[in-house]
Amino acid sequence: MSLRLFVPRDTTALALGADEVAAVLRREAAARDLPLELLRNGSRGLFWLEPLLELEHEGQRIAFGPVDAAAVPALLEALANDPAAHPLYLGPVAQIPWLQSQQRLTFGRAGLGDPLCLDNYRSLQGFQGLENALRLSDQEIVNAVTESGLRGRGGAAFPAGIKWQSVLDAPGEQKYIVCNADEGDSGTFADRLLMEADPYQLLEGMIIAGLAVGATRGYIYLRSEYPRARDILEEAIARARADNYLGDNIRGSGRGFELELRSGAGAYICGEETALLDSLEGKRGMVRAKPPLPAIAGLFGQPTVVNNVLTLAAVTTVMAQGAAFYHDFGSGRSRGTLAVQLAGNIRRGGLVELAYGATLRSLVEDYGGGTYSGRPARAIQVGGPLGAYLPESQWDTPLDYEAFAAIGAMLGHGGVVVFDDTVDMAQQARFAMEFCALESCGKCTPCRIGSVRGVEVLDRVVARQDTAGQIELLRDLCATMEAGSLCAMGGLTPHPVRSALQYFSGDFS
Amino acid sequence: MGGDQANSEAGEELIAAHIARFREVPGGLLPLLHAVQDSLGCIPAGAVPAIAGALGLSRAEVHGVISFYHDFRSEPAGRHVLQICRAEACQAMGSRELEAHVKARLGIDYGATSADGAVTLEAVYCLGNCACSPSVRLDDAIHARVDAARVDALLAELTTGAAP
Ligand SMILES: Cc1cc2nc3c(=O)[nH]c(=O)nc-3n(C[C@H](O)[C@H](O)[C@H](O)COP(=O)(O)O)c2cc1C
Ligand code: SF4
Repeated sequence: MSLRLFVPRDTTALALGADEVAAVLRREAAARDLPLELLRNGSRGLFWLEPLLELEHEGQRIAFGPVDAAAVPALLEALANDPAAHPLYLGPVAQIPWLQSQQRLTFGRAGLGDPLCLDNYRSLQGFQGLENALRLSDQEIVNAVTESGLRGRGGAAFPAGIKWQSVLDAPGEQKYIVCNADEGDSGTFADRLLMEADPYQLLEGMIIAGLAVGATRGYIYLRSEYPRARDILEEAIARARADNYLGDNIRGSGRGFELELRSGAGAYICGEETALLDSLEGKRGMVRAKPPLPAIAGLFGQPTVVNNVLTLAAVTTVMAQGAAFYHDFGSGRSRGTLAVQLAGNIRRGGLVELAYGATLRSLVEDYGGGTYSGRPARAIQVGGPLGAYLPESQWDTPLDYEAFAAIGAMLGHGGVVVFDDTVDMAQQARFAMEFCALESCGKCTPCRIGSVRGVEVLDRVVARQDTAGQIELLRDLCATMEAGSLCAMGGLTPHPVRSALQYFSGDFS
Repeated sequence: MGGDQANSEAGEELIAAHIARFREVPGGLLPLLHAVQDSLGCIPAGAVPAIAGALGLSRAEVHGVISFYHDFRSEPAGRHVLQICRAEACQAMGSRELEAHVKARLGIDYGATSADGAVTLEAVYCLGNCACSPSVRLDDAIHARVDAARVDALLAELTTGAAP
């Protein structure tokens, strides 16, 4: 009987040596005359256990991890004889508590099989949402999305249904669906995981969006820092086209949708939707003043839906299982599930998908298991480089948009970056200003120049020159940036700076 | 010199082919610039007039786009590009020490190429590998949990030719 094994080919798994593990598995199995069937799946997002090897055994998937190449020979012996005896044995993967306790609506398929296999996708309820959508009118699809309560996952949490309604209602010759796959926030990787582990879900969501608003063209704007996602998406688009999910007659329905993958070029600001549109048009990524909203005059001046990867992916769940099903998850006005990304100095980092409402502490302590270094955690930055740094007194805040806004913080794209007690918060504040200076599109003076001044001021604070006066200046700068910036880059950079000042003032004096 | 001449002619042909492919593509300037850089290693200043002319833009506009994006370069990089993630998740795991180590070892700052032409060092802000920081990218391969010893080993593989 041959051994049927799975080794992920996801960026993080590869970065931890998954290809070496696969190569040694093949070599060692051949040396032992062991028949081996080695499949390359996507990751389940249990990154702390990568490379995570799975064995199909008596109808179950048994996990071992983290596996490195050196562990393979002994592991193969164990697999052929008594799997449970091996020290890396984790039991059935679906019963690992870290995974079992999650509510995986969007990431349920991640890691199950070959991400590019269309049959695999279809066998796991893939394209059910699209099939349902093809039987509905455009307005009925938009209604379902509105009723589901789905809000944008890119950061601003704008209701997806309202945006789609505007595009549906807007007159335009050529409407567009643009997927924002720029995922620039440090501490985030959920878009990447979805695109690498379950790319057809994104394609399906975009096709549904096209049907809903009457758009026949779509673009995925993917950051260039994701070479693996790029290869997978290119192949997925080609296969979807060959199987008539794209083209001018989707599955014989008479409806059409064309999709193109575009690469960013290393500019954080191109994640801002209007800068992204300028970039797609072949220009510098400059933020546009609103109005007009992209929904009315977006790409090439046409009505355009711009949605995050996870927003578009969630639409497939809404259309497959119904708006009420989706709406049943969540808390307050935050409906559905949030993909929390545990990152930075954390022992068990990875993707945790849960209904909104769990506390930050439960995520970091119960799932994360504390810091990687073993030292006490001191600060947690939630929501990317424009998000606040939170001290322990704030960690009981539930993960919900309104609850976070109430403490002057934001959930953003769900990135959670943990720092231990060696962190110097004045340095973190300085970095926030430095990052803004580097990535500002340059349109507003307070953002472009204020951030450069901010770095200088913080350098003097760190050097203990006139600390009180400099901190006064810093507060003024933050106020100016907040009031005089067109977008959240300049407008929210004061968040991490002020939170560092407020909660960690000892690091500044 | 004859070799350079042949090289530059081959380069011009490539650029012309890329222009032909993207000139009618809506918003085709970025894909065009990526294609030029992928095949020539950079976007030579000499390519700008042809690109501008074909797309109906001024040279200043094309130059403005090239200079706006961190990825595009006007001079070729070294044989390999090493990017160190400088963003928060990696900071939380010691990337400041890692970058200091690499700069000292290569004797260069960000944006520069080592004296032997082997490695160009760049800063990058997030590689999407934030659960297993610190991260570096060497050409198209991303590496996780990189400390000084690991990056030394990666660099040593380059000079001994063990890596592609
Ligand atoms: C500086 C800045 C960076 C942003 N980066 C991203 C990003 O990388 N990905 C994303 O989806 N949204 C990003 N956004 C939010 C987008 O502007 C926009 O709200 C989002 O793409 C809309 O899609 P959604 O409604 O599905 O979230 C960013 C916004 C700002 C101000
Ligand atoms: S705030 Fe900064 S990034 Fe945003 S538009 Fe103004 S200058 Fe550009």
